[in-house]
Amino acid sequence: MIDFETPVLKEYPIIPLIQPGAMAHSKPYVAKQDLQEKIGFPGELIDDWQEVAIKKMGELVSKSRALMVFLDTCVKCGACTDKCHYFLGTADPYNMPVARQDLFRDVYRRYFTFAGKHFPKLVGAKDLDKDMLDLWYSYFHQCSQCRRCSVYCPFGIDTAEISMAAREILNTIGVGQKYCNEIIGKAQTIGNNLGLPEPALADTLEGLEEDIEEETGVKVRLPLDEKNADILLVTPSADFFAEPHVDGLIGYAKVFHAAGLSWTLSSHASEASNFGLFIGSYDNMQKISMRIRDAALELGVKRIVFGECGHAWRVAYNFLNTLAGPFDFLDQNYPIPQNISEVTYDLIQRNALTLDKSANDDKVLTFHDSCNVARGSRMGDVAGGQFIIPREIIKATCNHFYDMADDTIKEATFCCGGGGGLLTDDLVELRVKGALPRMEALKQVVDNHGVTHMVAICAICKSQFSKVMPYYGFEMDQVISLHQLVGNAIVLNRSE
Amino acid sequence: MSLLTFIFTLLFYAATATIVAGLAFKIRLYAITPTPLRIPTTPAPTSLSGVIARLFFEVTLFNSLFKANKWIWLFGWLFHAALLFVLLRHLRYFTDPVWGWVDTIQPYGKYGAFIMVFGLGGLWARRFLVDRIRFISSPSDHLMLALLVGIGLTGIGVKFVTGTDIVAVKAFFLGLIYFDWQPMPSDWLLSFHLVLVALLMIIFPFSKLLHAPGLFFSPTLNQIDNPREKRHTSSKSASSDNRG
Repeated sequence: MIDFETPVLKEYPIIPLIQPGAMAHSKPYVAKQDLQEKIGFPGELIDDWQEVAIKKMGELVSKSRALMVFLDTCVKCGACTDKCHYFLGTADPYNMPVARQDLFRDVYRRYFTFAGKHFPKLVGAKDLDKDMLDLWYSYFHQCSQCRRCSVYCPFGIDTAEISMAAREILNTIGVGQKYCNEIIGKAQTIGNNLGLPEPALADTLEGLEEDIEEETGVKVRLPLDEKNADILLVTPSADFFAEPHVDGLIGYAKVFHAAGLSWTLSSHASEASNFGLFIGSYDNMQKISMRIRDAALELGVKRIVFGECGHAWRVAYNFLNTLAGPFDFLDQNYPIPQNISEVTYDLIQRNALTLDKSANDDKVLTFHDSCNVARGSRMGDVAGGQFIIPREIIKATCNHFYDMADDTIKEATFCCGGGGGLLTDDLVELRVKGALPRMEALKQVVDNHGVTHMVAICAICKSQFSKVMPYYGFEMDQVISLHQLVGNAIVLNRSE
Repeated sequence: MSLLTFIFTLLFYAATATIVAGLAFKIRLYAITPTPLRIPTTPAPTSLSGVIARLFFEVTLFNSLFKANKWIWLFGWLFHAALLFVLLRHLRYFTDPVWGWVDTIQPYGKYGAFIMVFGLGGLWARRFLVDRIRFISSPSDHLMLALLVGIGLTGIGVKFVTGTDIVAVKAFFLGLIYFDWQPMPSDWLLSFHLVLVALLMIIFPFSKLLHAPGLFFSPTLNQIDNPREKRHTSSKSASSDNRG
């Protein structure tokens, strides 16, 4: 592992001067042959890679209006240049969204546009050679696909779409990323990213039931593969054992219990997360999504509810209906799918939960909007519901809540630094530096309001912050699940 | 027909054909290319009227750019607004009789060129002064600004400095429209102005100027945020050889 210095938290955020090459060394491990082949890609860099890559590029552009329009319309105005958390944390100019896009766009122009074919120097068009391939591998794995740049772009250009396409091209010629592709393989064969088989999962859930009973004296169930339950809960597998995720899972269970809802987890679809998104692979994303449909049919449920996870919710909210729908066999009176926060919020609105806010009086809270919830999806039935609902849940479950600075929350939220398939130890420098903008905003509310904990609604955010917060002088347990707050505050009826 | 008239007649027919055919080709391509998945970006409207309002304010006020960077917004918006005024004012050279409202804006439109050049100057200065924008600028970005500044300055020159036989210019362009060709007045500054304009028309469909039609086809901006209520399908989205 390369030594690096953790950025210093400044009082006010400052846009750094560019430092070319600052992160050129950052590259995730390459996927080995078996991982690649398992999910339908060549095992290693193929001989005619250049030709195949160009062909794939043309194919992708011809099948995606987004990609086509985004490649044509950028005017290089520079509005996005200071918007990426990786740029702010590393100062590497290729981490400016437009410069990252240009790694793709310059190649596209060289092979597919009149100007690029005939006047490459004039328009900055470049050949796809080995050097360019290395830049691609490095810098398209320094984009967490958080879409912050797309909010500020006058044409809505979304770098995430371009980095997904680039990763798909890389995979097509045999250069995959180990972390993502290993996980996609596990999700498709075992049913979850962690490769947790059914017996282990059953064991874990049983253990959690015992823990809850010990703590509260109430028998709260965490059912697995229970046929004809009303609700199928699909949650990121980190919720089954990682801290602070598991406290969130306990929170969901308590909510279902208190509201008297019948629910189950599935061992076939024991994963909400969908890493197919990160590598831009429609096929893989669809395969993983189909497992959820299959589980819902197999178990005969009426509703599908997703646990706390950012990109999983993006795929669920925006894509699931397209990828694995139509879901005409589910109860149409509920949104399909639904987010656990929507379920809890509805129950709170209907006074169906007894909540004791003082149970969280030992904490002063702030809320980190997860990027893919904030900018890739929605909750509730009004625009911006994804900002309202989690905050309303926090306010209903605790007494002390302060938002971070306006330009760091809601639609302007910063990615945690570990999204988009970058949550791996071989990218820890990138992850630490990418967390800088969020850490600066957090420090402000810690200093000004005595905030003790930051609430997150995404498995990646929770893992990432637990890992990087100590680099900045915070404790790893200062990030907590939203439903941990709910779980703490909820008053369970002991007589049941 | 003099050589000058011959050249400019051909030039403007070629330029018009290029921009019209080029844009038609591009717009058709955008329109028929599938959108496999729903990808609106926040703040995403939940209805069609919301999307129309969103695009309207993006086009007229540059909403997102305003959120992003006040300097780029100021220079960019001034340039575009002034350009619109200047273009509308120029309608008087292509219509006979001149429409009333074109006459109304004439006194203001005349000075639009100065604001246009000012806005362009600000945008160009940023390409040199801001290290981030210097990094992302290629020669074509500078040339595009040079072209537009050139058009603005020669236009100002013709209007306010040298003057030109505007009646003859109008006769020339009306002649082009009605295929009743008239002589092009011999005026080097005017000729320079018109050559630059024709050049801009010709490169329009091959360059980043495509941002004008492209904006309306950007899925992040023009999609409705209602994927749970309405199942999104594109012609090919269900087939497995597609992507997101």
